[in-house]
Amino acid sequence: MNSSVESSSSAPAIYDVLEAPPLTLGQLTWRRFRRHKMAIFGAVTLFLLFIYAFGGAFIFTEKYANFTETGARLQAPSSAHPFGTDTVGRDILARTIYGGQISLFIGLTAVIIELLMGVMIGAISGYYGGRIDALLMRFTEAVLNIPQIFLLLVMAKFFAGKIPNIQVLGRTYSGSVVVIIFIIGLTSWPYLARIVRAEFLSLKENDFIMAARATGTSSTEIIFRHILPNSIAPIVVAGTLGVANAILSEAYISFLGMGVQPPTATWGNMLEGAYNYIESSPWLWFFPGTLILLTTLSINFLGDGLRDALDPHSRAA
Amino acid sequence: MTRYIIRRILQAIPLLFIISVILFVLMQNMGDPLATMGGRTVTRSSERERLTRQLGLDKPIYMQYLYWLIGNDWDSFDRDGDGIKESAGVRKGILRGDFGTSLVNRGIPVTEVIGDRLPNTLILMLTAELVIIIFSLGIGVYSALRQYSFMDNLITGISFIGYSMPIFFIALVSMYIFSVNFKRWGLPYLPTVGMFDPQVGKTTSEVLRHLILPVFSISFISLAAYSRYIRGTMLEVLNQDYIRTAKSKGIPRRDIIFVHALKNASLPIVTIIGLDLPLLLAGAVVTERIFAWPGMGRLFLDHLTRSDTPVVMGILLLISVAVVVFQILTDITYAWLDPRITYK
Amino acid sequence: MSDHQQPILSVRHLKTRFHTAEGTVYAVNDVSFDLFDKETLAVVGESGCGKSVTMMSILGLIPIPPGEIAAGEAHYLGRDLLKCTENEMESIRGKEIAMVFQDPMTSLNPVLSIGHQITESLRAHLNMNQEEANHRAVEMLELVGIPDPASRLKSYPHQFSGGMRQRVMIAMALTCSPNVLIADEPTTALDVTIQAQIMELVYEFRQRLSMSIIWITHDLGVVAGIADRVIVMYAGYIMEQASVIDLYEQPHHPYTLALLAALPRVDLRRQHRLLSIPGAPPNLLVEPVGCPFTARCQFAFEHCRSERPPLFTTGEGHQTACWLDPKTGQPR
Repeated sequence: MNSSVESSSSAPAIYDVLEAPPLTLGQLTWRRFRRHKMAIFGAVTLFLLFIYAFGGAFIFTEKYANFTETGARLQAPSSAHPFGTDTVGRDILARTIYGGQISLFIGLTAVIIELLMGVMIGAISGYYGGRIDALLMRFTEAVLNIPQIFLLLVMAKFFAGKIPNIQVLGRTYSGSVVVIIFIIGLTSWPYLARIVRAEFLSLKENDFIMAARATGTSSTEIIFRHILPNSIAPIVVAGTLGVANAILSEAYISFLGMGVQPPTATWGNMLEGAYNYIESSPWLWFFPGTLILLTTLSINFLGDGLRDALDPHSRAA
Repeated sequence: MTRYIIRRILQAIPLLFIISVILFVLMQNMGDPLATMGGRTVTRSSERERLTRQLGLDKPIYMQYLYWLIGNDWDSFDRDGDGIKESAGVRKGILRGDFGTSLVNRGIPVTEVIGDRLPNTLILMLTAELVIIIFSLGIGVYSALRQYSFMDNLITGISFIGYSMPIFFIALVSMYIFSVNFKRWGLPYLPTVGMFDPQVGKTTSEVLRHLILPVFSISFISLAAYSRYIRGTMLEVLNQDYIRTAKSKGIPRRDIIFVHALKNASLPIVTIIGLDLPLLLAGAVVTERIFAWPGMGRLFLDHLTRSDTPVVMGILLLISVAVVVFQILTDITYAWLDPRITYK
Repeated sequence: MSDHQQPILSVRHLKTRFHTAEGTVYAVNDVSFDLFDKETLAVVGESGCGKSVTMMSILGLIPIPPGEIAAGEAHYLGRDLLKCTENEMESIRGKEIAMVFQDPMTSLNPVLSIGHQITESLRAHLNMNQEEANHRAVEMLELVGIPDPASRLKSYPHQFSGGMRQRVMIAMALTCSPNVLIADEPTTALDVTIQAQIMELVYEFRQRLSMSIIWITHDLGVVAGIADRVIVMYAGYIMEQASVIDLYEQPHHPYTLALLAALPRVDLRRQHRLLSIPGAPPNLLVEPVGCPFTARCQFAFEHCRSERPPLFTTGEGHQTACWLDPKTGQPR
């Protein structure tokens, strides 16, 4: 021991709590999660929204949701129609239920496409590096630089009318649903690809990867069995927030009339044209809009909580 | 510094090239220009053939791209549709500023069509950007200084909600409250349609009045996000050692906050604001539709639905180039502001 | 130096606490000391013993939530600093009492030029205009040994080495000629050779400006080099106070004894194994009962555990907080 007693690090150790009883891992995780009542709120709300959209199908039939009754058009919320009726007399409550199913479904499946593409491109780019990386990244950047909404609108126009209505389980869906899912997935992957690439770039320098290579593990195995599982955290977070983004994107373009087409309802296309009736019938846009807001809000809360839980180094709110 | 700028610009060129290719490929399949051009008469195949040759659409796709890029006045075409090439093309290509003519507004150059509406969108976006910068700094600093107070918690709550809101919802809600209901309650209400009241004319005050709701709708989301972000960076900065040093020198509190702390805290926001442009543009599209603002967003929608390829392409290109340029500007500004960055 | 004049700074029964999520941290418990004119007082102790917190409490640099100055007085030239308003403190800090911190890397603002950081005190305290302030700043930089000072005014902290940065910090602190300089481990983060230079520098300034210095350190070697008097702290308490010679030649507190014994000596030919103090510092989350050093003290007995010893006068200008009488070696 030299002449000093325990050299200290940079700042004066104000909070130097030596010898304090250490918290167990369980206590630590619980504390952090408790700090995220918001995340819990988000999860619960999402759950309720799912029940609303999918469980509500047991209360109202789809026929009822599409039942037009022009005599009853534009009625304010009442006991017969708790959310009022729209421009052709359809019950808005029922439509938000069925619309919710589609909106949520689109959100989830679009993210699946986004994940597949983003992870694949990001992984290849990050792992192989060199020219492949340069090329892929240029391409990624290029797509990123075109604002997503414009790409979506153009692609929606491009595919418009090309896919016919689909019949599944006795219900008819507009082909545009498939179109929307695809184009949202196809325009959202760059963001994720970047994240995955960054993870791969940093992880592949690790010793355990060198060891794996030295024992002859194939590249595919290294990517999928070694690196990918270690980079799950940011992928999960990005994926969660991606669902919110997908739902919003669908809402935006449906609102502009280029999204999901009738007969299928979504929260977004229920808002289309509602601004013409802003003075007379606010319930036209209020209910679908609030539902979208609640969904996005809960997903954001949840994503925030996940981010804090999975990455201890991130800055707390 | 100049070398850094040049390097960034050179890096951007291949990027722009790739973007142009992507856009071109997309546009090739966007509707049927023949139908748009020829109106109702293009059903006979011989007519279609003639038009196809006239518009140069029978050439392979890379040729079409080339023509689009650098024009076709150096090549000869079959003008009268008789199968023999005799006249030179008239297009100069986008690199020379020729974006073609609108298919919907017959014969009017695309640049004119866009140029008509561009300033309006610029007014909207620049105002929004200013509002965002000023208010997010203000609110962020205020929140950081009053951490955990009631106002801070309120602001954080509103920020979270605002950040999750779709633009049209904000637009509709604000419309409903500030226009519809204010009117009902006899309060002075805000206009919701267009850029100015045609009866009053395009005066500055009119435009300003009409700007309020649209700008509010566009900027609300970004405001929510950035004020939280600034709050975070401010708090981080306030905990740094150099703030403690400044305090120990007896520097007045105001200077500590606005000189020592803010200069450090606001640096990252430069980068973030730079990346925000695409979002603002997206917001503009929706907002212009709702508030009937005569800008490029509306133009885009109108001409897209009518398959007016040249105009749509022109707008897309313009926007993409703007995004790239803006990013370069942001990087340069950041490098200029932060003394720690050395550029070789 | 510590004759019967009035002390320039007089601290009495200072208690500072921090209220954290894990509980209350009792950082400073009942600290009292005097600082006389033109003397250098060293404050020694291990990491976490409260030496920095004490000084920062005096200057009001402790963030008030979660910190709390539970009790005490700090008289400076007739005023109790702990009762001053923020405005009053602003005019004292930097001008009358200045502080130099440990890590020059993080203690300088990276986005402001050092010229700005030096001149702002001059403009705030001495009402100089920019030109006068710049002039003085160049003078100061020259005095601390920065080459080519005039052009360096526009430089930024990251353009200096660690030792140079610390010199700049010193220049910043001393530019308004304060009466008291508090140096919080200013050389700990630096190379040994630079350490010596910085100590030289401060010494020079002490002569030139005839100021009093409080030098916080955990390095007993540094203490021997510069101090007139020494305070030894442990767990937020003062264990011993003495002139530097007395402390080294006749340490009265078991903790001081142990610290000195743990010093490796080059002059003794045959060194037994290095002595260390057994045990670990106490948990500051618990309000202390009895003498805090009891658990590690080789002389401890029952009374030590139950009642905390006050500071007994054990020599001229020499005080010790221990139940043992150093003259007899027996409990009092």
